[in-house]
Amino acid sequence: MKLIFEMGGAGRGMDLLPDCQTPVIGTGAFGRKQPLRLPEVSETEVSRHYTELAGQTHGVNDGFYPLGSCTMKYNPKVNEAAAALPGFTGIHPLQEEGDVQGCLEVLARAEQYLCEITGMDAMTLQPAAGAHGEFTGLLLIKAYHARRNDGKRKKIIVPDSAHGTNPASAAMAGFEIVNIPSDGNGCVDLEKLRAAVGEDTAGLMLTNPNTVGLFDPDIGEITRIVHEAGGLCYYDGANLNAVMGIARPGDMGFDVMHLNLHKTFSTPHGGGGPGSGPVGCKSFLAEFLPGLRIAAGEHGFTEGRSAHTVGDVRSFGGNFLVVVKALAYIMTLGREGIPEAASNAVLNANYMMHRLKPYYKMAYDHVCMHEFVMTLENMKHDYNVTALDIAKALLDHGIHPPTMYFPLIVHEALMVEPTETESRETLDGAVQIFVDVLNQAKETPEKMHEYPLKTFVRRLDEVSAARRPVVKYTWEQEKI
Amino acid sequence: MNCPENVRYSKSHEWVKMEGGTAVIGLTDFAQGELGDLVFVNLPEAGDTVVAGEAFGDVESVKAVSDVFSPVTGTVSEINEELLDHPELINDAPYEAWLIKVEEITDEEELLDAQEYAAHCESEKA
Amino acid sequence: MGSYIPNTKEEQLEMLREIGMQSFDDLYTDIPEAMRLAKPLDLPEGLSELEVSAALEELADKNRRYRHIFRGAGSYHHYIPAIVKQVTSKEEFVTAYTPYQAEISQGILQSVFEYQTMICELTGMDVSNASVYDGATAAAEAAAMCRDRKRGAVCVSATTDPKVLSVIKTYCFGSGAPLLILPEKDGRTDMAAWGAMDTKEIACLYVQTPNYYGILEDGDEIAAAVHESGAKLILGCNPIALGILKTPAEYGADVAVGEGQPLGLPMSFGGPYLGFMAASKDMMRKLPGRIVGQTVDADGRRGYVLTLQAREQHIRREKASSNICSNEALCAMTAAVYLSAMGARGLEKAATACMANAHYLLEGLLKAGFVRKYQGEFFHEFVTVCPGNAYELSEKLGEQGYLSGLPLNEREMLWCCTEMNTKQEIDTLLALVGEVIS
Repeated sequence: MKLIFEMGGAGRGMDLLPDCQTPVIGTGAFGRKQPLRLPEVSETEVSRHYTELAGQTHGVNDGFYPLGSCTMKYNPKVNEAAAALPGFTGIHPLQEEGDVQGCLEVLARAEQYLCEITGMDAMTLQPAAGAHGEFTGLLLIKAYHARRNDGKRKKIIVPDSAHGTNPASAAMAGFEIVNIPSDGNGCVDLEKLRAAVGEDTAGLMLTNPNTVGLFDPDIGEITRIVHEAGGLCYYDGANLNAVMGIARPGDMGFDVMHLNLHKTFSTPHGGGGPGSGPVGCKSFLAEFLPGLRIAAGEHGFTEGRSAHTVGDVRSFGGNFLVVVKALAYIMTLGREGIPEAASNAVLNANYMMHRLKPYYKMAYDHVCMHEFVMTLENMKHDYNVTALDIAKALLDHGIHPPTMYFPLIVHEALMVEPTETESRETLDGAVQIFVDVLNQAKETPEKMHEYPLKTFVRRLDEVSAARRPVVKYTWEQEKI
Repeated sequence: MNCPENVRYSKSHEWVKMEGGTAVIGLTDFAQGELGDLVFVNLPEAGDTVVAGEAFGDVESVKAVSDVFSPVTGTVSEINEELLDHPELINDAPYEAWLIKVEEITDEEELLDAQEYAAHCESEKA
Repeated sequence: MGSYIPNTKEEQLEMLREIGMQSFDDLYTDIPEAMRLAKPLDLPEGLSELEVSAALEELADKNRRYRHIFRGAGSYHHYIPAIVKQVTSKEEFVTAYTPYQAEISQGILQSVFEYQTMICELTGMDVSNASVYDGATAAAEAAAMCRDRKRGAVCVSATTDPKVLSVIKTYCFGSGAPLLILPEKDGRTDMAAWGAMDTKEIACLYVQTPNYYGILEDGDEIAAAVHESGAKLILGCNPIALGILKTPAEYGADVAVGEGQPLGLPMSFGGPYLGFMAASKDMMRKLPGRIVGQTVDADGRRGYVLTLQAREQHIRREKASSNICSNEALCAMTAAVYLSAMGARGLEKAATACMANAHYLLEGLLKAGFVRKYQGEFFHEFVTVCPGNAYELSEKLGEQGYLSGLPLNEREMLWCCTEMNTKQEIDTLLALVGEVIS
């Protein structure tokens, strides 16, 4: 398909603005001399171009999307409608408090409900994504130790099964990372943890259920070990969909955590963003929270700051419209719906795992939480068919493949997370497709390297793309 | 697998060849095979110090990054600039595509000869 | 209670039984009893869609939405073409995930490639990433890009938007980078002060132009001095202004960053916004976040993929220069649709109107007895000293439905005009101002 720069031509355009009504001011020496080359296209062409692009994009709205660790649940339309209300979109963030009581109430209620769900005492809605939240939470830990003049605590412990953002966030927050290997069950190795903690431990980053989809039953002991050594416990909330309304990180011994509103709380992924990564903490850390602190007073909501705030991780209050969507979702599900969503997420995952078990090798033979990991190691060994090959073959059947090659502790991993918003028929249909693809792999393994065949493009040359990157369009006159 | 006799090998899959007092260092055929198509190399600058057994740079494939370790301690005298634009040379001719040259050598790691290295690779594969 | 679970209770029980369980409790036996919630969450009961809809509308109605807006300071009221909302509401785009499976995500990938191209065109730079959270985090990430083993300190001009400075400060608290503030003089960056500093450990200087007070900085002088010292220049810029103003590339900046909200995103009480980052070719591999590259498929067809992934957290982990994973993809697409719809001529028109309207407003305010604080060329924002109390003026104008400039303190106000302000509107504002101060 054509790039938008390859469409239209000189003189084409849209008539969007009136002529300037006030005297034009010359730019003089500050004027731009470099020509500005943007598309010259009519409205018809813009509209059709993006319709064509949409036709080459697969979203949750198009089909089953069991992408492990991403919680691709259905994105409710009422959330979108709420976030499009002019009473939200048309509000300037620097309007007086009295003018924005609705916005402040959205933030205050979101904080209140999310604290209740997570067992935390206070929450900032400023971080714009999960990784952003991780960075923020780690800054709280850093500030806490600094305030107590405990400057030798420079290390963050991370299990080797952790999502890449965990160690990356810790490095951004100025910490050294101590990786501890997981045990044979994919859980934290308590002996290794005991050996790793000490006077230089600032904290531990963990997700529970973990990245192989298992709830670590030793979680109480894990957080106790870290606390005893003087460290704090950070909870990566990416997997909260398994346990929300059933158990709370605040009750497991975690001191600080982030949430992914674009995972657990149904806000759409938008092709990579925008998300929102609120950070919750226990009361002893609340004084360090960044961003706006909303308080309910006699005359309404007021905006304030924490006493010893670490500052700001973003301009203004955060990804406000994303919070609106999450709030609508929580209000829809309510007290009963939250645990019901979690329970069904876990049910759907176990149902799929149970039906796939006769065919695919599960990495861990255990009841899973909201996701499970399969290993294609045997297929690689016996047929030279990899997890990648299976995933690419699934594309031809119209379903998005599971997550590939994560977590790192499982070889040839495929991580499946169906979520609670899929019907039994969809799950049964997907299981059938997975089985068909596997059988095909065993019958004609050589052909597996050719897939996909039916998508708009076949497998792409990522090596050349990285060796000789072409990251923008080159106009005709530059091509010589 | 290719293991020329005229160089020595580290257990972390680098080769080193002495040219007078200068150590010429590169990645072995085994290493480039394991890493797959290389897309970029991160090298130190001339004048930087390298330490035996410690990483001095890394090589990138599409989906992974691997540290490259120095077999010797010394000062970097030259880096192979051609690799910055053509990292595939390491895949195509690993024993010609040297990464760095090191002078003023004060220490070196325990190094293997061709047979010992070949055996080491076999044991890693198993 | 609304539930997005298709399976009925009966179907759920059947599924449970099929996997050998009697109840949902059986799924959670790994969770220690003491940790399982003994009573329901203290949340309201779930509501029907009608009720949720009404509740959110009620909340939105508690906000005061102005039609006449003269306030900027980091969030701007610009015209959003109708096609922008239509395109960015397409469900394929809204509900897609990060395009890791390139074969079924060519739509997203190509649109990002187009966005990257447009950001390069606006800023004049060689490469752009696929977006970061906002202009403030873009500035902080750019500072991190410039640091190396020899130069670790970050310098920021005092004419920077305080919100941006706050974020850079917070990020420096994380990285441990020393942060220096370069003083201002008469509302612009004081380069004499730069000359007096010991700059050998400074990695970069961040200056925004137009700056927080709306004034256009002397980019040539700044770039020359910064490069002479061996440091890098990060220019914060306004994407609408780049329709007519000199680009960061023309000034010789090493990195160009800014807030992309003016490109088709509503003000939305602060977010989601869009941080754009563009750099010179040799800094390409230092850019954080996703980058889309062009390539070919097995049949030789042109296609797009996420490239240079070895920079990112999922591969480098603790050695990644940034932890960024999710970005502002849909907001970047919004900007691309906006720029496609506007074209260069439309953007020029918008920028020209912003500048003309702002100068017209200033002229009127000066006649009414306001004094301009800080001299010098400006784009669409400027600071005045008000005849009376700035907060009171703002309140009175607010009562008439006009959102005035931002009171910076008791006497000073930061005004902004865009192409949304008509001449008539500005004349009415001036008339109201006249009434208030008399």
